[in-house]
Amino acid sequence: MSTSMNRRDFIKIAGVGAGSLAFATPLFDFSKGEILAPDAVPGMYAKRTPTYCEICFWKCAGWVHTNEKGKIWKVTGHEDDPHSNGRLCPRGTGGVGMYNDEDRLKTPLIRTEVGGVQTFREASWDEAFTYIADGLKKVADEHGPECTALFTHGSGGKYFGDLLKAFGSSNIAAPSYAQCRGPREVGFIATYGEGVESPERVDIRDTRCLVLIGSHFGENMHNGPVQEIAQATSKGASIITVDPRFSTVASKSKFWLPIKPATDMALLLAWMHVIINEGLYDKDYIEKYAYGFEDLKTHVAQMTPEWAYGITTIKPETIRETAREMANASPRVIIHPGRHVTWYGDDTQRLRAVAMLNALLGSWGRRGGYYYPEKVNFKKYPHPAFPKPARTWKDAYPGKFKLAGLALASGICDATVPTTERDCSFKAWIVNGTNLIHTLPNQANTLKAIQALDLMVVIDTMPMEITGYADVILPECTYLERYDDIRVSKHREPTIALRMPAAPPKYNTKPAWWMAKGLADKMGLGHFFPWENIEEKLDWELKQVGTSLEEMQRIGVKKYKREYDDLYPMQDLEDFEFNTNTGKIELYSTAMEDEGYDPLPKYKAHEEPPEGYYRLIYGRAPMHTFSRTANNPNLTDLMDENSVWVNPKVAKEWDLKNDQYLWLENQDGVVSKTPIKVRVTERIRYDSVYMVHGFGHTNKKLTRAHGRGASDADLITRVHIDPVMGGTGMRGNFVTFRFEAGKEVSS
Amino acid sequence: MRYAMAVDTLKCVGCNDCVVACQTENDVPIGHCRDWIIEKTTGTYPNLQLEIRSERCNHCANAPCVRTCPTEASHYAEGGIVLVEENECIGCKACITSCPYDARYIHPEGYIDKCTFCIHRVEKGQNPACVSVCPTHAMIFGDLDDPNSDISRAMATRKWKSLIPEAGTDPKVFYLI
Repeated sequence: MSTSMNRRDFIKIAGVGAGSLAFATPLFDFSKGEILAPDAVPGMYAKRTPTYCEICFWKCAGWVHTNEKGKIWKVTGHEDDPHSNGRLCPRGTGGVGMYNDEDRLKTPLIRTEVGGVQTFREASWDEAFTYIADGLKKVADEHGPECTALFTHGSGGKYFGDLLKAFGSSNIAAPSYAQCRGPREVGFIATYGEGVESPERVDIRDTRCLVLIGSHFGENMHNGPVQEIAQATSKGASIITVDPRFSTVASKSKFWLPIKPATDMALLLAWMHVIINEGLYDKDYIEKYAYGFEDLKTHVAQMTPEWAYGITTIKPETIRETAREMANASPRVIIHPGRHVTWYGDDTQRLRAVAMLNALLGSWGRRGGYYYPEKVNFKKYPHPAFPKPARTWKDAYPGKFKLAGLALASGICDATVPTTERDCSFKAWIVNGTNLIHTLPNQANTLKAIQALDLMVVIDTMPMEITGYADVILPECTYLERYDDIRVSKHREPTIALRMPAAPPKYNTKPAWWMAKGLADKMGLGHFFPWENIEEKLDWELKQVGTSLEEMQRIGVKKYKREYDDLYPMQDLEDFEFNTNTGKIELYSTAMEDEGYDPLPKYKAHEEPPEGYYRLIYGRAPMHTFSRTANNPNLTDLMDENSVWVNPKVAKEWDLKNDQYLWLENQDGVVSKTPIKVRVTERIRYDSVYMVHGFGHTNKKLTRAHGRGASDADLITRVHIDPVMGGTGMRGNFVTFRFEAGKEVSS
Repeated sequence: MRYAMAVDTLKCVGCNDCVVACQTENDVPIGHCRDWIIEKTTGTYPNLQLEIRSERCNHCANAPCVRTCPTEASHYAEGGIVLVEENECIGCKACITSCPYDARYIHPEGYIDKCTFCIHRVEKGQNPACVSVCPTHAMIFGDLDDPNSDISRAMATRKWKSLIPEAGTDPKVFYLI
């Protein structure tokens, strides 16, 4: 594409002075926080202030320690916090690197054209707000306010969400739904009438058997479950791991089932077959709570371990043995629902099978299975009612994705691309804290959508690739420099946690609440943000739950007693009405049937890699979160590039050597933008390759991350859409090896 | 008093939290580390084993670094903790050459640096930073001379090994296996 054809060229943010644009107006009072006694060691901490972590969605509460000079020194976990239990993960411990990263966005930027070349110019906050307000007004006048959308990940999104709602749009999408955990929520809601939610309501601490299907805890460093798995195994719990890769947790498992990828459904159905046919299910529990057991029994009658063996490559005896292992632990058994579950397009159905298997073993609502979490009834600072939008993103998909509970980021993206059958519905995007270039599958499609926009505003702390396509960039200060909303946790015990600034924002960066309120004022929507400043808002809200901002600044986390004694409401077969059509646990889903989907999950064969290609499997490394930490100096120091895991047999066939760099090319001829290092290892199946997600950044302004490793997102061009809720299945892509770079790609 | 550490390889997931906690606690410059993770895979697919270890200075009771140091900068402190007195260190690297565990690095300011068992914390009754953050509680620190210490109990009840025992250094970091 030539430059002149693009409405929106990618700009590698240039000419941004590292500037000492000092923080001029004191927004915060830094005398707050707990002043500690003078330390025995000179120069050590003088003060600690509470926070909750923003490096991932687990949001562990912690303390930010600053030294006598007010310099942030380290972050540690908060002892009273059920998310962290006083211990952060490496990303949380390394959170200070986000604050120190000298590549941060430093001042507002506006796209402009100089001599025919698009570039960014530095702008004042007032200029940036005026530009955005004018742009949004134009979209509203010409197309309606519903043609604006917010993509968001992270705490600040709440303020931009309120802004968008005040403006008249409800199109607020988090890629964490359609690109991640959506199918799980829908699958469990269809079965139990409620979802798994976050943090997951799994009682790993007290379980006797934990079954992980593709979940790689330990590499995927969700703090709570990783801690609880260690606790449970110390007490003798067994782990069954199903994964084509010998993951860290597979190495700690009693059983590792090296399954052929894309066949998990067959295994789940065969497990149900064994558990029903051998009479291993919880008969009283099923009798009391379940609907459709006989239908299920008939449904899985032919799905024997022998049948599944031919599909999964897992031996029949192993399938039986592991089914019995689960049944022996019942009801203290968890078939874990996972989190990133958008794999093959029939993911809601697979997660239904997971939910049903749990039901057969009587683990839902029981100790060591799934508990019923509780949170504090938290009132938000009152504001006028938001206007009701005339239409929503769902209107772009009549009759589709009927069980989608939340907005689909990918759906909004697709509906932004003008097509003959659909009017371009979206004209303005606000993108908060999510690097859509790496987050959404099918990059070409995302870029096409971006070109169709009249306005794109990006809020981030770092010059992520998405910022290069923005019209306006608003630099957010890091979580260590700002207040956000109170973290209201749903857990075994209700808690709330405060995040407050430990140091003034560096450069000319600002917190999200300040930006959203300032923008609202500029757009004539200030009355929706009726508080003077964030302290007033938080203090009012905290006083409704019996505390205050002053108290929370000292204690950080407040625990509340449960109002109801129902952590395990089905422990002794108590009466219970589920929020489903039948009031029962629906093994046979009437809701799915009503909407025209299979009421019982079926095995469907998925496409296999063609000759010379390998299934692309991606996952996490414990020290990184998505693509957002790849430039963090502390975390990059631990891992600064990914590698492609290749089985030695495959390496021999291709004559690949450890540490050799090559490119990956997928089934559609798309080549990774950057080369990747080979890791020859027995830990991956011969029909697959594996890489950690989040590397292969192409923006040169990310000086540590640029060109390091490759991006799996480059190669995920084929997406299998889940018809039930619109999830984007991303594990149906196949790659081969290439020893020279692909053609130059724009950006 | 004999300070020692035990790393439970069955619990360690190799997350590197110990490494980054050490870095922030002790202001270890980016690009260097006082502790690190080793992952060792054995076997062939699908019959595999994986051992993960958090490694650091072994605080040897018979420490080659202390013997070879010409200025006595490397020395034994309370409880057998091996330390480097940075003002005495001339950066000759004799200790680096003699250490079988490759536990030392050259600090950009010219002296040799390594794990101190966080003696500044231990003196206040706290655990070393790495131990205090470990999400899976895979590390135990304590006094081997106290039979009731957590580490003494772990060593008495669990199978364990130390690294390169044939070097005869009498290391004080142990691995529960």
